[in-house]
Amino acid sequence: MRKLSPLVLAMLVLGFAFLYLPILAMIVYSFNASRLVTVWDAANSPTLKWYGELFANDQILEAARLSFEIAALTATGAVVLGTLAAFALVRYGAFGGRALFTGLTTAPMVLPEVITGLSLLLLFVALESMIGWPAGRGQLTTTIAHVTFTAAYVVVVVQSRLATMDRSLEEAAMDLGARPWKVFFVVTLPIIAPAIASGWLLAFILSWDDVVIASFVSGPGSTTLPMLIFSKVRLGVSPDINALATILVLIVSTVVVGLGLLLYRRERQRQREVRAAVAADSR
Amino acid sequence: MTTDSGAASRDSRPASTEAGRDTYVRIDRVTKKFGAFTAVRQVSLDIRRGEIFCLLGGSGCGKTTLLRMLAGFEQPTEGRLYIDGVDVTDVPPYERPVNMMFQSYALFPHMSVFENVAFGLKQDRVPKAEIRDRVAEMLALVQLQDYGARKPHQLSGGQRQRVALARALAKRPKLLLLDEPLGALDKKLRERTQFELVGIQEKLGVTFVIVTHDQEEAMVLGTRIGVMHAGEILQVGTPTDIYEYPTSRYVADFIGSVNLYEGRIVEDEPDHVRIEVPDMATTVYVDHGIAAPPTAEVAVAIRPEKIHITPYKPLEAENVVRGTIQEIAYLGDNSRYVVRLDTGKVVRVTRPNVYRHDERLAWDDSVWMHWHPSSIVVVTR
Repeated sequence: MRKLSPLVLAMLVLGFAFLYLPILAMIVYSFNASRLVTVWDAANSPTLKWYGELFANDQILEAARLSFEIAALTATGAVVLGTLAAFALVRYGAFGGRALFTGLTTAPMVLPEVITGLSLLLLFVALESMIGWPAGRGQLTTTIAHVTFTAAYVVVVVQSRLATMDRSLEEAAMDLGARPWKVFFVVTLPIIAPAIASGWLLAFILSWDDVVIASFVSGPGSTTLPMLIFSKVRLGVSPDINALATILVLIVSTVVVGLGLLLYRRERQRQREVRAAVAADSR
Repeated sequence: MTTDSGAASRDSRPASTEAGRDTYVRIDRVTKKFGAFTAVRQVSLDIRRGEIFCLLGGSGCGKTTLLRMLAGFEQPTEGRLYIDGVDVTDVPPYERPVNMMFQSYALFPHMSVFENVAFGLKQDRVPKAEIRDRVAEMLALVQLQDYGARKPHQLSGGQRQRVALARALAKRPKLLLLDEPLGALDKKLRERTQFELVGIQEKLGVTFVIVTHDQEEAMVLGTRIGVMHAGEILQVGTPTDIYEYPTSRYVADFIGSVNLYEGRIVEDEPDHVRIEVPDMATTVYVDHGIAAPPTAEVAVAIRPEKIHITPYKPLEAENVVRGTIQEIAYLGDNSRYVVRLDTGKVVRVTRPNVYRHDERLAWDDSVWMHWHPSSIVVVTR
């Protein structure tokens, strides 16, 4: 491996320190026995008492369950809508109003969340007074709101995959006797599946950590986890939040590192096989 | 469109003698427009059962569009398509008795070789045991018996090409469309595969329609060739027809290399013509009559290998011109000469290197060139 110059090394260390020291501090303090977050109780630390309190706290557990449900539903809904929109954008060529449609599907990415949240709130209130649906605000309205802004991200991810896909694959399937719907499920979908999966994960994460839009459109009794953390922190950071955050960091990093390793291994394996196959031609 | 009727009667051209015999595919005045652009213009073509028909042309000539219309991926703007007498113009691709081999091969990357080949049979709900047998048979045909479990990325280019062929043949189509089937292979592999492809076609008796831009490929593979240019079919015939009796300047120039000069008919008899060619400062004697009005602007075409080049004056009185050697390219099996005439025009001549110690011609040598009166092709278009 190439040796790094001291300057580069120093910059690297500083950069990582900037990014990860705060998280590290939070993790360390989650094992602090003191109730005061900024005071390290050396006598009784480290301790798992905040983790115990966390799991005894029904409010937090309920918020986590709610957030998970909303995120999973959001991701699924966003993937369906986003994939349909991506298809329209890639496959139907230059239909009338295409530019407008492109702009409208991706606008939620750049729109300030406050505006998205506020306008959705107004919509829900107006709808309720006109047709009586949705009745009140809560899990349903939060999920709908999350779908509208995460679908834009799915569109971008799936669109790029679709655009690079070889159209003749679908033509070949049709040529061999598969009807259009069959072609979609047997050929197109498996090929764009990686993009759909990353779109799903992206939508899940975006929904999972959204606090702004949820604050507008959720109602009493449906407090998501980020909203709960936010409101608790406003009253002063309590150590059980540190414990909660540590658990979240652990879950996220396990998933990300695990997926990364899996993909890396698979790609390496694939490269090896391709090299072996190409060598066969020169025999 | 016979311009040299004398030659046509001597030559047993299938295009003129067997026309209409056992037509399998009929393309009837088909036009395809993409917006304002006309990709295929009023093409009519009969393809016979069991032949290998090559559509040959440069890029953008409409050959692939024509093939895609036969497969059903494009709808003709005008005209009808018949396969085995049935009008298939409005039949969707998944119901046509036709299969296609794609230029990119279009193997399904998430399926094994076996699943790829079995795909078409599965759509027809063929029983599992039969699918197994048929796939095994197809893989044996392309010599990939042991590769059923592999994924496309685990195959070399040549193997992928053969899987694509096996997949396209698995449903036993009566008509197979091949889009640049050898385009992605390197030269050595291409030459070997050409003969394999012909062998498989003869064994199965399937009608092949092949699109290619490579004239050598068309000559090797095709029983007949249709030369396309700017959306139209200029000439249809056997490889010999196309090469020896081109009917237009474009075809003469496109296939092989040729010396092409404009001329004027000065003597028009049923058994011979004389054409004045200012570029060569001579009058060319052609030993057969041509079917052209006397005032027609004609061109004479002569292939480089049909010109004899000698350092001394030949005995013949006619069809002899003099020039100076300007370029020599020694290619091993033959040598190519570029000879400059006194008019400033050049003549390209190819001479096989029959003897190892041949009399060598050198740069700036003064040479004589002559050719047989039957070697000249007169084109009017």
